[in-house]
Amino acid sequence: MEDVKLMKGNEALAEAAIRAGADAYFGYPITPQSEVIEYLMLERPEHRTGMVVLQAESELAAINMVYGAAGAGKRAMTSSSSPGISLKLEGISYIAGSELPCLIVNVQRGGPGLGTIQPAQADYFQAVKGGGHGDYRLLVLAPSTVQEMADFVSLGFDLAFKYRNPVMILSDGAIGQMMEKVYLPDQIERLTDEQIVEKYGSWATTGKKNRERNIITSLDLKPERHEKHNIHLQEKYKKIEENEVRFETIQCDDADYIIVAFGSGARISQKVVELGRKKGIKIGLLRPITLWPFPKDIINKLADQAIGFMSVEMNAGQMIEDVELSVKGKAPVSHYGRMGGMIPTPSEVLEAVEKDIANIKKLQEV
Amino acid sequence: MTEEIIIAGFGGQGVLSMGKILAYSGIMQDQEVSWMPSYGPEMRGGTANVSVILSDDRISSPIINEFDTAIILNQQSMNKFESMVKPGGLLLYDPNGISHHPERKDITIATIEGAKEASSLKNKKTFNMVVMGAFLKIHPIVKMENIHKGLEKSLPKRHHKLIPLNEEAIQVGMEKVKIIQEV
Repeated sequence: MEDVKLMKGNEALAEAAIRAGADAYFGYPITPQSEVIEYLMLERPEHRTGMVVLQAESELAAINMVYGAAGAGKRAMTSSSSPGISLKLEGISYIAGSELPCLIVNVQRGGPGLGTIQPAQADYFQAVKGGGHGDYRLLVLAPSTVQEMADFVSLGFDLAFKYRNPVMILSDGAIGQMMEKVYLPDQIERLTDEQIVEKYGSWATTGKKNRERNIITSLDLKPERHEKHNIHLQEKYKKIEENEVRFETIQCDDADYIIVAFGSGARISQKVVELGRKKGIKIGLLRPITLWPFPKDIINKLADQAIGFMSVEMNAGQMIEDVELSVKGKAPVSHYGRMGGMIPTPSEVLEAVEKDIANIKKLQEV
Repeated sequence: MTEEIIIAGFGGQGVLSMGKILAYSGIMQDQEVSWMPSYGPEMRGGTANVSVILSDDRISSPIINEFDTAIILNQQSMNKFESMVKPGGLLLYDPNGISHHPERKDITIATIEGAKEASSLKNKKTFNMVVMGAFLKIHPIVKMENIHKGLEKSLPKRHHKLIPLNEEAIQVGMEKVKIIQEV
């Protein structure tokens, strides 16, 4: 039998990090993602692959350790939950400015502030629109299964190194805490300094040998030069937008109403599609896998066939703004969400969908 | 085939591990499974519940509010989950500690004296396996051989010597379950 296990999302992610050939994990515990560091500490990856696992004294320390390791060309990562990610934002902005690859995992809980420990998706804006200061972008992956918690680690590192850009896995307490069947990937060997240079070029601080010094910094006091750096970043982001959009469509082909949802919201919405279709309502689900870059072209295309859209999120309505920007006024877009750690049930979402469809039809008659 | 189950009771009754053994048994017969716990500032004596889904197809939502089967092990859970059993579904409960018995007429209702049977097995921790046996008697969704494999997979090696006792407890549950109302 293949390497199939029943694991929590957080555990699967941790095991996948070891198998992805990660060099270092720096973190600080917080519910509902503490299983990541617990699993790594128990598993002792320093004996398996030589991967370093360290509980830092704070989230700030952890993200700056990632900054340092990434600067040396290492596959470094950190994970936390919402309040902890807020603490890391200064470091994330520095890492983006310095063009360093790394993986940041947010297993979201309800906010704002310390909020609650139950699942939420209220950090969408923070992940997708910036969070930290300056014109930067994170490539954001949204897993909706335990399998994707495992698969997105290696994918995340690959994308991070391809573009020299931080990648975020935006998960939530539900995906982190639940167990599902997971097929674990094969072990990838950790790279040596020579292999890093060979594979990714010589930008990292791997030791100066017959070349100019590599300087890793986000500081440049000359605005002329710094604008050029910003233009370069924007060009890179444009390339990412052109090449890295990922999404899944579920029963969209004949759908005349589309739900857009990600992560655990997409799982609930999948059930809504099932229940709706049993009642003869042709609902489809568009699940963005990358939240940035956002799958706007497919959504715009679906707006030609759908009478309406609903953005189903565990927040007050954040992704709906991107859905509206994608639909470009071709169809009405509404939102259904719960907040503060409450999870919507499939039947309450279906009720909202039915109400919305009735409203749209009423307006069409007028 | 899809079976959507809620197991609910007190923390410490083995609710979460019963769900885990069921899920692992499902994997052993090549099914899709999900195990979604209520998590929170919970502790021994507090309430604990887990939704478990076993399916031949891809599982849509692991978070559900209607169940084919509810396995209820305390009064709070009875109050919360009796109404969430699908019409025609199954409600299995341990009457020990239940003051308000279920009143639904459109579901199958069964009881198992889990706590009593577990103490006659001289190991109170077998409680959850007695209850699981009772459930599997009525809904034989996993084969005994796969439960054996599920136990092997979900128990740490140092506890493997307890597998025969657990299997005995499952048998006891299968024998002692009482169907009160059948639809």
